[in-house]
Amino acid sequence: MLARLLFLGMILTMSVFSHAELTIEINKGNDDPLPIAVVPFGWKAGVTLPEDVGAIIERDLHRSGLFDPLSREDMLSRPSNASEVYFRDWKSLGVDYVVVGELAVEGGTLVAKYELLDVNTQRSLLAGTETQPASRSRFLAHTISDMIYEKLTNIRGAFRTELLYVSAVREGNDNFRYRLLKSDIDGANEVVLVDSKQPILAPTWAPDGQRIAYVSFETTRPAIYLHNLVSNERKQLTNFRGLNGAPAFSPDGNKLAMVLSKDGSPDVYVMDLSTQALQRVTNHFAIDTEPAWAPDGKSLFFTSDRGGKPQIYKVELATGYVERVTFEGDYNARARVLGDGLGLVMVHRVNGNFHIAVQDFKRKRVEILTSTELDESPSVAPNGSMMLYATKHNGQGVLAAVSVDGGVKYRLPSRFGDVREPAWSPYLY
Amino acid sequence: MKYQSKLFLSVAMTGALLTGCASTDTEDSGQSSDVSTYSEPTQSVDTSAYEREEPQVALETVFYFEFDQATLTSKARADLNAQIQRLKKTTGPIRLEGHADERGTREYNMALGERRAMAVADYMAINGIPRYRIETVSYGEERPVSFGQSESSYAKNRRVELK
Repeated sequence: MLARLLFLGMILTMSVFSHAELTIEINKGNDDPLPIAVVPFGWKAGVTLPEDVGAIIERDLHRSGLFDPLSREDMLSRPSNASEVYFRDWKSLGVDYVVVGELAVEGGTLVAKYELLDVNTQRSLLAGTETQPASRSRFLAHTISDMIYEKLTNIRGAFRTELLYVSAVREGNDNFRYRLLKSDIDGANEVVLVDSKQPILAPTWAPDGQRIAYVSFETTRPAIYLHNLVSNERKQLTNFRGLNGAPAFSPDGNKLAMVLSKDGSPDVYVMDLSTQALQRVTNHFAIDTEPAWAPDGKSLFFTSDRGGKPQIYKVELATGYVERVTFEGDYNARARVLGDGLGLVMVHRVNGNFHIAVQDFKRKRVEILTSTELDESPSVAPNGSMMLYATKHNGQGVLAAVSVDGGVKYRLPSRFGDVREPAWSPYLY
Repeated sequence: MKYQSKLFLSVAMTGALLTGCASTDTEDSGQSSDVSTYSEPTQSVDTSAYEREEPQVALETVFYFEFDQATLTSKARADLNAQIQRLKKTTGPIRLEGHADERGTREYNMALGERRAMAVADYMAINGIPRYRIETVSYGEERPVSFGQSESSYAKNRRVELK
């Protein structure tokens, strides 16, 4: 029944809120982005397409910060295949790469032929054909974006990933509506997963991209829920006295780290998801919270105020050995490990303001990536290139993204009051 | 604000002494303010509204804290002492909801809210309220009562509510 309701909720949501437009603000001053032209894809007359595939690819590449797409008004011609491309025209516009393509609908299936051309060598770098049901034209576009991105950067693209986040809408005095939402990584195709009058927080993905965990207060107390996105089954995992929070899946997906205060003060525990057996990982009267797994699954980073102020510590699961990891500043919290395991991203306080910062393990330097005042909840893309975080804009909670080098920032639009706690999915395809 | 609260408190205490069961008002509104999942609250429990209107006989049910602190202020202790006198005459369960302002991370604030609720619970227990009657729940920064990014807003949100 619940599953059915949820499903109904999804359909309603998809029809009411279609896709979002992004506010992209690129901070210059880093490496020059690659000048590229994504020519509007040609299509056969008489066929109506639900989406502008070329525009989606262009926005994907732009949002990555590594590309500077030529605006359509500046294009001298609109070729839809390689034989129609006059390289001199594109060279005169300062463009290094051109993407051309053609779309056709064959029996409800959308077929896209596309080609990536190098203007300077006048050669084809990539040519391919993608097919999807016509209803999945955005997905088809993101697939092509991934191909182009990987070809030109040697980094795997993350345009076919998804995003979990929480919204809170105030509906009168002391009355809120909380929603757990999922969307494509560009904010499109938003669906409601859970809708409640009680707080929802800390959504997180399992490495398989099929299961998620989060905290819901729907019983009037916090509890951790495990939710399968494929079967739409959900299960309450914890019901302990006190805090039940901060779930984090182990890299192998078999365990869930969490924070419980059932034994007195908040400590980090690890639950085996097959047996639900609990292992206590930290044991200290201070606040220990916000566990994040090291990539090898053998240790956990966590926030603790055992030294007086919140700092990041690391605990070895096998021995319980704890060491402090952050030393710069008097507030470092909610660490997430960068994909390569070479550093942490965290919330770092400077002059009373909370920013997203990266700490490099080798150089031990803290680099501040954001400049707004109440930045929190960083979540790193599976390819390590960008991260999403939550901040305030004109007094409202919004989601924003920043590249790991700080050079690119953009904000995602929100339709649902305050939005917070973005969680970037692992690779899904 | 402080004077007003003190005045309010003394009026409230006098009222409590005079009428004995004067605070049922507060308790009722506390329950209707919704901790149950899908019920509509029937009335507002904005305590500031009480203070502005003619002070009814009601005890303070919200106890405020300093930034990043979980120790009781003298004002909170005084308010709690009055509550404790009342609660000693009752036997029902007591729910303490801890809250934090929005600065800092959500899970850390969840822990801070619990610390505050525990501070109130401990104070009650030391002063003769049986521990088994008291439940603490932290909402962290998830249920603010004031919405600006100013110190006065933040101060209203750093609180423990007696339900």
